Order: sequence, then C-alpha cells, then structure tokens
Amino acid sequence: MTAASATMTDIAPPSEGAEKYEEKAFGFWIYLMSDGVIFALLFATYVVMLGNTAGGPTGKELFSLERAAGETALLLLSSTTFGFAAVALAAADRSRVLLWLVVTVALGAGFIFLEFGEFSGMIAQGAGPDRSGFLSGFFTLVGTHGLHVSIGILWILVMIGQVLIKGLTRPVASRLARLGLFWHFLDIIWVVIFSVVYLPGVL
Amino acid sequence: MDFFGRLTIDSLPFYSLIAASGAGVTVLGALSVMAVITYFGAWRLVVFGWVTSLDHKKIGIMYIMVALVMLMRGFIDAAMMRSQQAIAFNSDGYLPPGHFDQIFSSHGTIMIFFMAMPFLSGLINLIMPQQLGSRDVAFPFMNSISLWFTTAGAGLVLISLVIGKFSTAGWTGYPPYSGSEYTPGVGVDYWLWAVLISGIGSTMTGINFLVTIIKCRAPGMTLLRLPLFTWTVLVTSVLMIFAFPALTVACVMLALDRTAGFHFFTNAMGGNMMNYINLFWLWGHPEVYILILPAFGVFSEVVAVFSQKRLFGYISLVLATCAIGLLSFTVWLHHFFTMGSSANVNSFFGIMTTIIAVPTGVKVFDWLLTMYRGRIIFKPPMLYTIGFLVTFCIGGLSGVLLAMPPVDYLMHNTTFLIAHFHNMIIPGVLFGYLAGYMFWFPKAFGFKLNEKWGAWSFWCWIIGFYLAFMPLYVLGLLGMPRRMEHYEIAAWQPHLIVAAIGAFIILLGIVCLIVQLVVSIRDRQQALDLTGDPWNGRSLEWLTSSPPAPYNFALVPQVQSIDAFWDMKQRGVAYERPDRYVDITLPKNTFLSAVIGGAGFVFGFAMVWWIWWLALLCLATIFVAIVIRASQNDTDMVIPAAEVKAIEDARFAQLAKAPKNEMADDPGFAGQPLPEGAA
Repeated sequence: MTAASATMTDIAPPSEGAEKYEEKAFGFWIYLMSDGVIFALLFATYVVMLGNTAGGPTGKELFSLERAAGETALLLLSSTTFGFAAVALAAADRSRVLLWLVVTVALGAGFIFLEFGEFSGMIAQGAGPDRSGFLSGFFTLVGTHGLHVSIGILWILVMIGQVLIKGLTRPVASRLARLGLFWHFLDIIWVVIFSVVYLPGVL
Repeated sequence: MDFFGRLTIDSLPFYSLIAASGAGVTVLGALSVMAVITYFGAWRLVVFGWVTSLDHKKIGIMYIMVALVMLMRGFIDAAMMRSQQAIAFNSDGYLPPGHFDQIFSSHGTIMIFFMAMPFLSGLINLIMPQQLGSRDVAFPFMNSISLWFTTAGAGLVLISLVIGKFSTAGWTGYPPYSGSEYTPGVGVDYWLWAVLISGIGSTMTGINFLVTIIKCRAPGMTLLRLPLFTWTVLVTSVLMIFAFPALTVACVMLALDRTAGFHFFTNAMGGNMMNYINLFWLWGHPEVYILILPAFGVFSEVVAVFSQKRLFGYISLVLATCAIGLLSFTVWLHHFFTMGSSANVNSFFGIMTTIIAVPTGVKVFDWLLTMYRGRIIFKPPMLYTIGFLVTFCIGGLSGVLLAMPPVDYLMHNTTFLIAHFHNMIIPGVLFGYLAGYMFWFPKAFGFKLNEKWGAWSFWCWIIGFYLAFMPLYVLGLLGMPRRMEHYEIAAWQPHLIVAAIGAFIILLGIVCLIVQLVVSIRDRQQALDLTGDPWNGRSLEWLTSSPPAPYNFALVPQVQSIDAFWDMKQRGVAYERPDRYVDITLPKNTFLSAVIGGAGFVFGFAMVWWIWWLALLCLATIFVAIVIRASQNDTDMVIPAAEVKAIEDARFAQLAKAPKNEMADDPGFAGQPLPEGAA
C-alpha cells in the first residue's frame, strides 16, 4: 500500500498537489476569521463587564503594566523568531528552522510562565474569576488567548518533531506556514488585549 | 468516591415510570440496531464501509440517518406535549412539571441541533460536491470529524434519558434559571455539552463547505453558473463560520458559570444575564437562515425540474440569498424586544426584521414564476414545494406582524410565537429537507421512493400541520403562554384538543414516511434508476450514475452554462465516452475521525458528570489522534485507470439498456432536451 501511494505521488501532476495546499491555506484563513469572531465577542463581553466589579478590585488595582510589557515583549519577539524560522524554511535550511522554532517555543513558554504567575497571584489575593463579573470577563478573555498560545506551543513542538523526522517535506512546510499564520494571529490578538485590557486598566 | 465525579447509581431513571420507559426504549433501540447488524453479519460492512469512510456521499447518508432517527425522537416529545396539554385543563395530566420541562427542552434542542442540522449537512454532503463537478469536499477527514461530533452531541442528548436527566431550561437555556443557583443537576450540562460539541462540528462543516465551493469547482463552473442549491450552501456556510462562534462563546461562559463559579450571567456579583441572551441570538437568528437557506435551495432545484422550465430569476435568487445572509446578522434583538431596550433600538430591529421579508418575498415570486407556464409534474417533492409556498407565506406574514415591537410586547412568549416559528420551520425547513430526501434518494441508492406513500406523507404532514398550529395562533391571542404544563382556562382546551389531533395526523405522516421507505426497498427492482437521471434533471449531480461511483466523475466535466447537465444533454455530449481514463486519487478510510468523535462524546459525558481525569484523557486522545493523522504519509488511495474503465464500462452497458429518458412515460412529460440541430 505504501508502495502504491508512493508511485502515485510520483506521477501526480505537480499542480494538483499545489491546489491541495492552497485549499488548506485558504481554509485556515477562514478558520482564523471564525476564531477572530470568538475573540471579538470575548472583547465585547469584557468591555460590557468592565464596571461590574461587585465591590471587588478593579483593573487599576490588579494589573501591572511592567508584567504586561514583559509578556508583550516576549510574545512580539517570538513572532519575530518565528519569522526567522519561516525565512530559514524558504532557504530550506533545516537546522536553522529547528533553531528558531526552539527559540520561539522558549519565548512562548516564557509568556505562559508570566501569565500563569499573574493569574495565580490574582487568585491568591482573592481576585479570581469567581470574584466578580468583571474578573470573569478578564480571565476568560486573557485565558482564552493563553490557551491558544499553549496549543500553539504544543503545535510547534509537534512540528519540531516532524522537521526532525520527516525533514522539510512539502506537507511539513505547508503545516509550518499555517502554524505561522496561527502564531502571528495570536500576536495581533495580544496587541488588542494590551490596548483594551491593560493600558486603559492602568491609566 | 470522586472517581466518577457526580455519577452515582441514583442517576438511573428509576424514579418515575415514564422516565424509566423512555430510558428503556432508548436502550432497546440501541440494542436492536446492534442485533440487526449482528443478524445480517454486517459489522465488517458497517465499520469498514461506512464508519471509517471519508466518502462525502456516505457521510451525507449517515448524517441523514442520524437526522431521521432524531426526528422520531423529537416528534415523540412533541406528541407527549400536545397530549399533555390536551388533557391538562384543571388537571395534572400524566406528566409532572419537571418531566414536561425536560420534554419541551429536548424537543427544541433535538429538532434544531440534531434533526435539522444533520439533515442539512447530509443533503449538502451528498449533493453539493456533485453539483460542483467535484470528486469530494475540500477536507474529507475534517468532514468525517464533523459528522462524528454531531453524532456525539446527539448521543449525549439520548444518553441523558438513561443516565441522569435532561435540561429543563428550554432549548435556549436562558440564565439565570439555567445557572447552577436555580438548576444545579446535570440537565443543563447535558444540553450545554451536546450543543457545544456539535457546534464545533458545525463550524468545521461551514469552513469545509465554503472552501469546497470556492476552490473545488469543475472548469467552467463560474460562481454565476452554480446551481441555486449550491449558492444557498455557500451563504449558509458563511453564516455557520461567523455565527457559530457566538454560540460557542455563550455556552462556554454558561459552562464556566456552572462549573467554575464564574459570574457572567448570575444574578449577583456583577453578572449580566441579558448578555447571554444577546450572544445566544447573535447566533440564533443567523441559525434560522442556516437552516432555511439550503431548504430554499432544494425548492429552487425541485421547482425548476418539475415545472420542466429553467429557474425564473436566477440572479435575483442569488442576490436575495446573499441579502438574507447579510441581514440575518441585523435582526437578533427581535427575539427579546421585551428586554427593555430604548424605543430607538427596538425600532431599528423591528424595521430590519420587516426588511428581511423583502428578499424572501422575491424568492417566493421567483418560484411562482418558475411554475407559471411550466408543465408541472406533481411528484412528492413538488407537492412539498407547493405546500411550502402556501404555508410559508402565512408564517412569514405572522412574522412581519411580530416584527412590530408593540405587537411583540403583547405576543411575547405566547403560543402565537410558537405557531409563528413552527409555521416557518416546518414548511420552510422540514418540507424542504423532505423534498430533498425524496428528490435525491435515487441518486444516493439507485432506486426511487414510492410516490403514492410519498404523496400520502405530504397530505398528512400538511393537514396535520394546519390542525396542530393554527389553533396556537388563536391561543396566543387568547393569552396562553408557551410551555404550560397545566392550565385553568376552559376556553383554551378545545383549541388544544384540535392541536393534539393535528399532532396525531403528523404522526400518520411520519408513519407514511416509514412505510414509504420499507415499501420502496421491497419493490426497488421496479423503480431502479438506471441512467442516474430519474427526473430529467438540470444540474451536474444527475450526470453521475445512481449511486455514483466513489469518484463521482470519471473525468471532470467541462461546464459551459447554467443548468450544466441540461446544457450537456441538449448538446448531446452528456453521455459521451472519453477515449481514455486516468488514475483517480481519493482519501483512504481511517479510524481516526471516529476515534476523535468518540473521544468528543466521552469528553462531553465526563464534563457533565465532573469526571475530570476522563475529560483530560479524552483531550489527550484527540491530540494524539490528530498528531498521528498529521504524520501519516499514505492517506490517499489510487483507483487505477483500468478499474475506472471497468466501472465506467458497466455504467455504459447499463445506460444502453435503460430508457433514453426515465421521465418519458410520465403523462406530464414535456419532451427531452434535444441535441443541437436534431429538431
């Protein structure tokens, strides 16, 4: 069966394969738009809930701009390093692809570490998501982004494995391209989170 | 103790005879299906031919099977409500309130999410790729995951009958009642996870259909040559992609409120329950059009074929479909005018709601003008279409009435509303799907459904519908609220008795559907569809054999016009033999999508019962399955040209024996399209 499919890919006209990857890229864009709607609704909910602190702490008392700036720096940097991985991919330089993916994972993990610290600190001082409607909105919005980043990290790890085992084959390269879309998308969402949640929260 | 979360032996339904018998029927049903499969020794066929298949036609057929099973279940709920209300004047009837509440909740949930949604996904899967001249959908593996996620949701609703209880919060699950403060048990959680898991499946379905239509069309199949059914699918897919996230967000927030003590929708601590209702209907109103647009597509195909005329006003139908899609996002607040928004806000949504009736009216005129001066053949799908046109207009008018906020204040949550939306959904959605079922059944299985029983089912459905729902308009004007378990107003009872009789006649309609299927399978040799074109059709799905070869088209067809297949028949090229065949690549069967769907089902169950370790295990299973799928190199199989040739040779041998046109013997037949220059 493996032999049969191997001969198949050999004789398939190259354009046919290209269409398949184009469909996947297009489908992934559409998925990102759908996911964008999820974030849009979470943002809307957060803004609606902003005043519903139920006597609990407000953003001003809770958010630390230093930490948020650190998180932002890590995430923006990780987008840049992913960009380097994409450049290395275009040059078909396997070891540099791996290097930059590992750096990206490390930066992403640093982001999650900071966010985890922020969340656990807030919960420890009695400002968890069950304290007020405002905090429910905050934890769900920022937590959903964090969940996406965690899934992104898992995905990068899987791709590191695939690059190691399979090399930079056509399907692996196309998956890396979609992973890049996903990772940069999360960056954009974070920029909005920073501008809608942290900056007005502190100022 | 916590190993099974909240699940204990007391969760079994031995507290009430009716609940226990419902559970018994569910379990017996499952067991008898397994027994039948075992009796016929068909497990191998079921698993390797169907469950693991990525063929869009088989996935479509499985969707429709789920839909028909759930239609029975949802109808049983309806019949129980109607009979309860018919007798519950100054009496408790036979259903206690808690049970009655579960029944109206599960009726709505099932009919929308697990009857209508799978039915439409099934018809689209079966037909849309063929109408495009394509061999499959863009993402066959994801297609299969969508199917199994939908089935997982349906399974959760069914299993709630056996283990635990279902929601009592209605199909919309409004907080604060659906919050843990007022409804602690597992019922709302069953509803939530069933809806969430199938909703994720629907989002993926939307992405899949949209990419298929945009990217997988045959050469020459420009957007303005798409059959109208496919056009409606395109708009429906866009609605699925952009509306379902709202449902996901609303349900996740409610789940967080219920399981983790969040305060999105609670009474106290800064919750805002109206936010749920906004989010829910931000999905809910587009959802109405997600359901009805493909049905409009079916009617458009049926009316052209059985009027033996080209569809009137193709462009206007396309534009009307797009307009409806756009406007569907601007009317959600009319579901809760009584929320107390300002008069300006209510006026805006009232006006938008009235405006959306305009493109719908355009469509009705297009269908009427298609019939005008056509040679109408009254096959069952056409009966359903004409029944739809008449009945749907009444429902539409009552909707325009309700679009006026002052009127809505009087009618809100009365049975007038129930009458209105059933008056839209039964003729608009269900009649459309049933018409599609009877229209495309020969395409799926190679023989036609019995027409006599089809006509009987139509007459029972439509007469039953009028008897069951017209009294509810009157009752609403008399002030009867929806969801009444018993009442003390004598004037209501006669109407409710008539409505119960109507429900009984609809039951006869369902019996006719079952008899039709059984009789048709028994007599299939007399109703074989040998040409693949049983109705003298117009679009490309009739070019394939019935049932189609796994690859649909041996060679991808070249499209030159709207009504591509009709055009080919006219040019005399529809059944031309190619001089050579090529190898065809199709996706291999796989277990992984069913594994992911199964894990989705168990995950939902674990979340309902707070069995956290099991939920984590399921997520890990899904992750591993996806990684395995992503590392497989040989997910495709090749049908060699020689095998394609053998299949096509058999097809042409069959065509040679078949009549030139299967409709030629029909008394209303207006003549087959002639090759150019032949006349």
